[in-house]
Amino acid sequence: MDKTKNAPAADAPAPAPAGRVGPKGVSNLSQAHYRLFFWGIAGLLVLVFGASLALGRYSIPFFDSFKIVLSRIFPIPVTWENVPDAVVMDLRLPRTIAAAVIGAALALSGATYQSIFKNPMCSPDLLGVSSGACVGAALAILAGAGSFAVQLGAFVGGCLAVFVTVLIPRLMRNESTTVLILSGVVVSSFMGSIMSIIKFVADTDTELAEITYWTMGSFAAVKMETMLPVLPTILLPLAVILLMRYRLNVLSLGDNEARSLGINLQATRGAFIICSTLISASCVCLAGTIGWVGLIIPHVSRMLVGSDNKKMLPIALLLGSVFMVLIDILCRTITAAELRIGILTGIIGAPFFVAILVKQNRNMR
Amino acid sequence: MILDVKNLSFRYGTGRTIFHDVSFSLDKGEVLSILGTNGAGKSTLLNCIANLFRPASGEIYLEGRAMSKMKMREVAQVVGYVPQIHTPAYAYTVREFTVMGRTPYIGAFAKPSAADYEMADAALERMGIYHLADKAYTEISGGERQQVTIARVITQQPKMILLDEPTAHLDYGNQYRVVQMIKQLSDEGYALIMTTHNPDHAIILNGKVAILNREGLLSVGQAADTLDHETLSTLYRLNIKTVYDEDAGRNICVVC
Repeated sequence: MDKTKNAPAADAPAPAPAGRVGPKGVSNLSQAHYRLFFWGIAGLLVLVFGASLALGRYSIPFFDSFKIVLSRIFPIPVTWENVPDAVVMDLRLPRTIAAAVIGAALALSGATYQSIFKNPMCSPDLLGVSSGACVGAALAILAGAGSFAVQLGAFVGGCLAVFVTVLIPRLMRNESTTVLILSGVVVSSFMGSIMSIIKFVADTDTELAEITYWTMGSFAAVKMETMLPVLPTILLPLAVILLMRYRLNVLSLGDNEARSLGINLQATRGAFIICSTLISASCVCLAGTIGWVGLIIPHVSRMLVGSDNKKMLPIALLLGSVFMVLIDILCRTITAAELRIGILTGIIGAPFFVAILVKQNRNMR
Repeated sequence: MILDVKNLSFRYGTGRTIFHDVSFSLDKGEVLSILGTNGAGKSTLLNCIANLFRPASGEIYLEGRAMSKMKMREVAQVVGYVPQIHTPAYAYTVREFTVMGRTPYIGAFAKPSAADYEMADAALERMGIYHLADKAYTEISGGERQQVTIARVITQQPKMILLDEPTAHLDYGNQYRVVQMIKQLSDEGYALIMTTHNPDHAIILNGKVAILNREGLLSVGQAADTLDHETLSTLYRLNIKTVYDEDAGRNICVVC
């Protein structure tokens, strides 16, 4: 080891400051780097958002689609017909908003779980929220309920599953993170079994098909009226996580280190789990289960701006939106029949994730 | 007194008692080295004082206040903790890692301010490792990581610093440098407690020594009086002699 590196601890009683290698305070370079990515991806989001309004089986000129949306706010002379107006406002705008919000929300709750569980391989459904939501929705479908009740069932099921997961370590009087993860695995697997029972008793022609399609996820059925009640339970926790995101850095050091730095572990971790659960359950109830986003996007964001959650979370938020809107565009353009979103995130996500891992490992060597 | 430990005992759940009737106190500028065999409960005792484990009975007083009645962040403003060297899951930069020492002073919805970053930079400079500030914490050596963690604890501005086997996993030279660093921190007025497997380090520090024996009892004394042939031989079940060395100006432990 270089001797100068250890100079202070050796003989010198008052160590002379080593030569400065960078500007004092937060490095200006990395700050500029972050701003570049932030605004770059924000610009990209505007582009794909517009593309999402314009593209589909009924194609609309790019700028017309923008004008149609803006005409609701600003007085713009109407130069288009009724059909494109209806397509944009009633079909594409709601689903694009839903895709953007859900992409951002899933990426953020994935990043949150990865920090509090100190494992970059965690996904938002680690504590059983998705499997619980599926059971809730499937039960509602089995009961012959309408689409609102299915939404509600998914939300309640997801929250209940996480509640049980959090309850088990309490019963064991062991609050360690490892026990919590283990408990999540147990609850997810249990919910999976219940799901099998439901599928087994469901009518194969109607209910089973509906349950199966529902679990594949889709933005096609999203309407403004069904989306609005769910948005607060996504956007509020999202804001809380963003505000508290510095604490994620400290939590990711491990239970004991976080506590020795003055963090009230149970309260802080609890707040993050509640927020993430509300987000995930709301997303599932809006568009079904959508995998991979919560895993891939935080990874890519970390590669772009580093692990610091102060920078990583806003990037993951924007990137999640861009990714999800893009996938949704692909869903309705690559084949004549619309593909389910969960299928494409898996088919694109899995190989993409492998590519990231391979690249990361190369860089490490 | 910064620290007063009164009749402390600890056991895991309903299992065997690790230690009992532990009492001692520590003032500013004092160093306490805790010696004991593997599994004797040195780290457990340190974790109790760090507010990480809840003792089965007894009480710890920080500057006269009962720790069990203090909030986590209040304790963290008095007690700093340097865990054993490990690799975190995420590659934070050394500066980001160091500034986390400010956490007990930062509100739940706030981020570290420019002043916090300046304190972190000052601590890195004081440790002579400012050149590492923009490096990833996961990619520096074990010795450097130890120094960064000490810089973080300085950033935390505690009155007392606890170090869990600070010399473990370090090469011979770095072990000595860390011990010197600890001595220097005590000269600056910090109270320090460290656990160690090397009685020579306790002799170099020349402060208080606490020996946790196999029965879970703690005896505290001055290093110069306590660490003799009889005590060390009983503790480690070996024939250990202490020899005075003119050049070093202190006793040295030798296994015969």
